[in-house]
Amino acid sequence: MEIPEGLKYSKEHEWVLIEGKIATIGITEYAQEELGDIVFVELPEIGEKIVKDDPFGAVESVKAVSDVYAPVSGTVLEVNDALPDSPETINDDAYGDGWMVRVEMQDVDDLKDLMTAEEYAEYIEQQKEDDEEEDDEEAEDEEE
Amino acid sequence: MSYTPHTAADQEQMLGAIGIRSVDDLLRHIPQSLRSRAKINLPDGVSELTVRRALAALAAKNAAANDWDLFLGGGIYHHFIPSAVDAITSRAEFSTSYTPYQPEVSQGTLQVLFEYQTLVCQLTGMEVSNAGVYDGASAAAEAVLMARRIQPSTRRHVLVSRALHPQYRAVVATYLRNLTDLSLEEIPFDASGVTDVDQLSRQLNDHTMCVLVGYPNFFGVIENLAPMRELCDRAGAQLITSTTEPLAFGLLKPPGAFGIDIAVGEGQSLGVPMALGGPGFGFFATQRKFMRNLPGRLVGETVDSEGNRGYVLTLATREQHIRRERATSNICTSQTLCTTAATVYMALLGKTGLRRLAEINVERAHEAHDRLLAGAQVEPCFAAPFFNEFVVRGKQLDDLMRRCSERKIIPGIGLARWYPELPDSLLVCVTEMNDREGIDRLVSAVSG
Amino acid sequence: MSAQSPDNPPNRHPSQQLLFESGSPGRTAFSWPEKTPAAERPIPEAFLREDVPGFPEMGELEVLRHFTRLSQRNFAIESQFYPLGSCTMKYNPKVNEVVARDPGFSLVHPLAPVARIQGALELLYNLEKMLTEIGGMDHVSLQPAAGAQGELTGLMLIRAYLSARGNPRKKIIVPDTAHGTNPASSTLCGYDVIQVSSNDQGVIAPAAVAKLMDEDVAALMVTNPNTLGIFEANIEAIAETVHGKGGLVYLDGANLNALMGIAKPGHMGVDVLHMNLHKTFSTPHGGGGPGAGPVAVRTSLGDFLPTPRIGKTGAGFELVEDIPTSIGRVRSFFGNFGVLVRAYTYIVSLGANGLEEASRMALLNANYIKSKLERHYHLAYNEPCMHECIFTDRIQHKYGVTTLDVAKRLLDYGFHPPTIYFPLVVSGALMIEPTETETPETLDQFIEAMISISREAKESPELVKNAPYSTPVRRLDEARAARKPVLRWEPSSNSKD
Repeated sequence: MEIPEGLKYSKEHEWVLIEGKIATIGITEYAQEELGDIVFVELPEIGEKIVKDDPFGAVESVKAVSDVYAPVSGTVLEVNDALPDSPETINDDAYGDGWMVRVEMQDVDDLKDLMTAEEYAEYIEQQKEDDEEEDDEEAEDEEE
Repeated sequence: MSYTPHTAADQEQMLGAIGIRSVDDLLRHIPQSLRSRAKINLPDGVSELTVRRALAALAAKNAAANDWDLFLGGGIYHHFIPSAVDAITSRAEFSTSYTPYQPEVSQGTLQVLFEYQTLVCQLTGMEVSNAGVYDGASAAAEAVLMARRIQPSTRRHVLVSRALHPQYRAVVATYLRNLTDLSLEEIPFDASGVTDVDQLSRQLNDHTMCVLVGYPNFFGVIENLAPMRELCDRAGAQLITSTTEPLAFGLLKPPGAFGIDIAVGEGQSLGVPMALGGPGFGFFATQRKFMRNLPGRLVGETVDSEGNRGYVLTLATREQHIRRERATSNICTSQTLCTTAATVYMALLGKTGLRRLAEINVERAHEAHDRLLAGAQVEPCFAAPFFNEFVVRGKQLDDLMRRCSERKIIPGIGLARWYPELPDSLLVCVTEMNDREGIDRLVSAVSG
Repeated sequence: MSAQSPDNPPNRHPSQQLLFESGSPGRTAFSWPEKTPAAERPIPEAFLREDVPGFPEMGELEVLRHFTRLSQRNFAIESQFYPLGSCTMKYNPKVNEVVARDPGFSLVHPLAPVARIQGALELLYNLEKMLTEIGGMDHVSLQPAAGAQGELTGLMLIRAYLSARGNPRKKIIVPDTAHGTNPASSTLCGYDVIQVSSNDQGVIAPAAVAKLMDEDVAALMVTNPNTLGIFEANIEAIAETVHGKGGLVYLDGANLNALMGIAKPGHMGVDVLHMNLHKTFSTPHGGGGPGAGPVAVRTSLGDFLPTPRIGKTGAGFELVEDIPTSIGRVRSFFGNFGVLVRAYTYIVSLGANGLEEASRMALLNANYIKSKLERHYHLAYNEPCMHECIFTDRIQHKYGVTTLDVAKRLLDYGFHPPTIYFPLVVSGALMIEPTETETPETLDQFIEAMISISREAKESPELVKNAPYSTPVRRLDEARAARKPVLRWEPSSNSKD
């Protein structure tokens, strides 16, 4: 699974690209795979203030809605206008054309809580392991 | 009667497979405090013949339209239902299937609903329709709740025409009673029987969320929507129409022609029997830009893995089973068998039949209106144009009702119970079911 | 067909044509032999439309053939076993249909004078009494049009009752196994939802409720048996805890089919109960309605029920409108009367003995399936089950086969699948509710199909993952439907117009 170096990651599976005070935000490859086919994207308005750890938008698959949480606080400068018409872009290119918003960060200290690519890789590995433990139990069940 | 097929031997074999001795063993985990008092104190079952006789006796105590001349509308209409409608809705494939969650084996229901949605759009002139809701009254309430999702939180005042069906107003009030951000205010009607537009213009302001009017209204009167649309546009309010007699759209300019935001109503008159007012269905249409704010089920077109056209329930993330407490509505039924009846009915009537039937209703109603007013017993109440219902005023209404009743005629619905300002007033409805002889009987009974 | 639609096979099967793609201009099945005077228009021209663009133009046989062919593209109870968990797809008796079509019921107007609808009011009055007795409650309103509207009504009653006592309170406790309508209805009633988790045995622990219960909680909404098919055996203690803090207990009666003559909600400490007549009382589901969702309450909440109430006097039955404490109307007229007639017919037909037998056989059928399938599918909870049992795809998942795949493969075997992916607390849930009207032979055929699919999942998973093969259409692209919604036929893209 792709986890580009140079981006920051949140526990809610958002990525952040930092250029000075500007942060570009999207959801990770892992998140889009878990969701499956994305059919609708809800984005904030330009000029809206988003607050760290609060939902600022949502992505929908056919049978689920997931809030997208702000990894940093700030003011929305730009939203990805292409997404409402082709939400599948997030499935196809989560880290590129599938970006969601650009915000001007209020406090760069927000970045301290985010993970590096390496840390995030470990984090999702841990999540997968938790799942696999369950799978082991399943195998035992079947032996009966 | 019994619909359980289990013989003693069947039960024996099944209990053995489970590894227990009796069905009681399956109830061991239920507290004795509940088990000991569980017996139902009702008579035991009876044969089909006995049931049929008992129910027929009850049915015989009602004044049914096959035996009485009914001039009753007020939200439920007696129209002719072609035999083909019941032939289709009686098919077990439609009546005994569930909500089409498995689209591969529900294409029948799904395509019918897709066709229904299209027919409602055509009839109302709106852009999108859902698959149906409970009834006209709850559709009106759901429409107000939908406006609440669309409008900013600074707009929470709801204006409802007093000429809207009184039961619809009551249901809207019930739905809104616990939503403390919303306030409700009535718009009066004027002397001609339409919503008072001058009053409306004074009542509209920056806080108005939506305006809800009947079209045609409860008095059968055709509201003049164009000036209301203009006023609402200027004030930034949504305009919602509620229709109890959608057959009128065979002739009248539909809500879509006036740029109505949400058009709802009761669909019973389109091929569903009166049945004491239910089940029918609520139709619910809007503009495409508000599609994601719709309550209820939606059917959409797609393709299967081989590229064949097919239909599925779609935009389901609005709904309660996914969004739970944040759903657009708690509704999870679309009165599908009733909307199926309406779909068959509209297909049978078609373009020319729909228009002709609407014309016949107008002709009959106006004939009855003019002949009643030619007598001395009743006088007109409102002057505005009407479709197939109208209000008359009579001096001794009780006497009139009694005279009619003796001849198995119910001449209309007294309005005083809802409108103290309209004493001695009768809402009279005339459809294609009231033929010339029936109208003769009415006129003769009324004139005493 | 819209332009973005794929290559349509030129010889599309006629049954796939839409109404709007059939017929010919001017054709109609409408007949009106009687000559009426040519329309003079009493309505001013300005109010009139030209015509209804796109409306169908077909003959009667054409219309009938269209819908008959469509009907053949549906599964239904009368042609297939339909073990849809939590939906109670039991046989819908024919006598109910005949009775509901009696003109004395079907051709009756709701605003006729009360003296002219005495038979209908008597039926409603009796049905209220019967449901009261079956539920062990005190009063019933038949007005709500469906289960979800019954829920909303029930919560409004709770709010009105608590308000009358000084404080409507703020929260409703809803278990994680609840139907989605429970939290949705709570919100609509102005309440916040707090969730209580079920424990390892699949039930709510009294301690868990005690921990959440305070003076801000208006009610606990509970389904019993719950959506895992397990009886909430601690319900009495839980109700006591809720009542102890001044709250009320709401029982979602979706699963009442497990309880008739076996346990009465009224004895469990339940204050408000809604029932789904289209489940327990055999009225047809109709492809998604109409249903009916009567609400039953204890005496203390009776004065808040929707109006009109039906009263009985020496002179007959009457409508009581003037009850100032009532929450008002939730639906026009009398609710879904036609559905109520069917349910009444069912209750009279079966009687006390038949209803109890129905619940007992529903339990027997569910437990039979559970015992036969537990070696082949992972059982979500190894607890005694009531009228339904929940398996998961845990075993099949190892081969990449999911619950959805099992469900789709069942279609090839001629069975409607169970409810899938519900309740949400069970990963990959397969919720099986056979109902009492199925024979053991049918259950055996279903069991064999399920076992065969579990074998296929192991030996040829691709076969299962690409199912179904024998249905009118293959798996449908739901993502495409949701991304670019096409919710109606459009005339512009059709050659006919």
